[in-house]
Amino acid sequence: MSVSSLFSSRSCSILTLRRRVVNALSVIFAAACIAIAVAILLYLLLYMLIQGAQFLNLAFFTQLPAAFGSSGGGMGEAVQGTLILVGLAALFGVPPGLFTGIYLSEFDHGPLAMGVRFIVDILNGVPTIIFGLFAWVLIVIPAHTFSGLSGSVALGMIMIPIVARATEEVLRLVPQELREASLALGAPLWRTIIQVVLPAARRGIITGVILAMARVAGETAPLLMTAFGNTFWNTNVLQPMDALPLRVFVFTESPYPVQINQAYAGSFVLIMMILIASFAVRWATGGLRHRE
Amino acid sequence: MPQGQVFVEKKKDGRWPAWLMKAGWYLGDMLFRGILLLFVLLTVGLVLGIIWVLISNSLPTIQAFGWHFLTNQAFDPVHNIFGVAPAIFGTLVTAVFALFFAVPVGVGAAIFLAEFCPRSLRIPLAFIADLLAAVPSVVFGLWGFLVLAPWLFHTGEPWLQQHLGFLPLFQGQPHGLGLLAAGVVLAIMVLPLIIAVSREVMLIVPREQREALFALGGTHWEVIRYVVLPFARVGITGGIILALGRALGETMAVTMVIGNQAMPPGWSLFNTGYTLSSVIANQFGEATPGLFLSALLEAGLIVFLITLLTNILARLLVAQMGRTRIGEFVV
Repeated sequence: MSVSSLFSSRSCSILTLRRRVVNALSVIFAAACIAIAVAILLYLLLYMLIQGAQFLNLAFFTQLPAAFGSSGGGMGEAVQGTLILVGLAALFGVPPGLFTGIYLSEFDHGPLAMGVRFIVDILNGVPTIIFGLFAWVLIVIPAHTFSGLSGSVALGMIMIPIVARATEEVLRLVPQELREASLALGAPLWRTIIQVVLPAARRGIITGVILAMARVAGETAPLLMTAFGNTFWNTNVLQPMDALPLRVFVFTESPYPVQINQAYAGSFVLIMMILIASFAVRWATGGLRHRE
Repeated sequence: MPQGQVFVEKKKDGRWPAWLMKAGWYLGDMLFRGILLLFVLLTVGLVLGIIWVLISNSLPTIQAFGWHFLTNQAFDPVHNIFGVAPAIFGTLVTAVFALFFAVPVGVGAAIFLAEFCPRSLRIPLAFIADLLAAVPSVVFGLWGFLVLAPWLFHTGEPWLQQHLGFLPLFQGQPHGLGLLAAGVVLAIMVLPLIIAVSREVMLIVPREQREALFALGGTHWEVIRYVVLPFARVGITGGIILALGRALGETMAVTMVIGNQAMPPGWSLFNTGYTLSSVIANQFGEATPGLFLSALLEAGLIVFLITLLTNILARLLVAQMGRTRIGEFVV
């Protein structure tokens, strides 16, 4: 529409010429802006992916970091740690998030719900390091040790608003007729929700949870002062535990090229995780849906 | 189904009496609602808990330094003198620098996506922008540390010095790592947020209003200038404030590229510095109970309050557009 409108006008007085030039300039400016944004993004993504893919191998997932200065090794303990941390975080974060989302969508449309929704949004905007501080003060300092548990508590708290929001939005997409049909058949509201509404929204909720897990799996700041990091295999959540982003952070500033290369490989894994989760969300929320 | 109701007999057709069914529904719903409310309270309590933990633990420094905590230059654990003036300076400078570049590009890109973009391109482009928002900040930090900072050191900063060196912003010794690098990384990180919010508010401008100006003979730019932007202004402002809050609170990427060393106060963007959250990220390891720990938590409290304020403001502005939610959900 835009480009054609540049040339469609028949009259060519000086005034319209000026207006048409301004119009053309605005198109060029806007196009330049999106070109800059997309170029930066594609450059970053491709650069990180290409760099990372070079250094990615099986050892990355199965071996501990090599001794300083020697080659080889991997980030196996960090991959393992991230899996444990994120799994536990889901345990802490999904129930409150899920139930809050259900409550907001199904039960309450009054001022209380508005307040809760507001708080969920606020929680979503809190810098993640604050959750780290919170878990640090409440768990790490009293226990006198950094621990995987405190890290997963911090990550779990970050998951709550993401899951709550995703759940609420997905439940709102469930047609009202489904609820009415169930209620009309005599089912109480709680059975309607558990047996009709939730199953209908199952796919969306699961991907919302996956998205939240992918999001917190990339978090570094809250883990600094909680899980802290570790360069050995560790499955004890009461001990310091490694995580992929933590290891990437440490190795990035390492003086050894081997470790820097592994930081690139770690970034590759982190980006792939986000990419896969994003496509999963698109797929689950009905293809490339965008609210327009 | 209500269980254990031995005194009530089923009707002949095997159904429970209606009043009992109703009571059962009512109780079940109340119970279900109660369980949900419990978790809702947990979520709400989390925010209150964070506020309480931050305030109660920063009391020692609040009592020891009062407002001077905000103006003291030194963050000196050895002499037990704590102030976050350089951190606040670093936080504000990097965030403002980031917005200075991200706002025009972001709003321009949003105009393209909402107005000029062919339909078939709109969704993939928006998806790409959304994707950028989801990349972990440590990845930006890695790029900033290993690619951007060396480039700035060897090429970018000398060039700026040569051509724009008359500005106080671009004087002094190039370091690579520093406020400039942090600002650039932050600009890239908040760009997708500005694009997403601006695009969404522009897309809800009523069709009739655009068509009215088109019918009057307006060019597409005039429609944008006199219809779309005035309508969307409040929402775009909300998005910018949201981005500001994000930039002020960002920890990891900034910590990795800002240098984390205070320099004598000055206006040069080449200087290294630190921000409120990078202080926390760098110092927590050495923190000893007492003033030091309390100082870190007060820094956290300030970050929290700033982002709380920006978030509330942004949501209120966006709510004026008739939208309760913006962006962010889809990746």
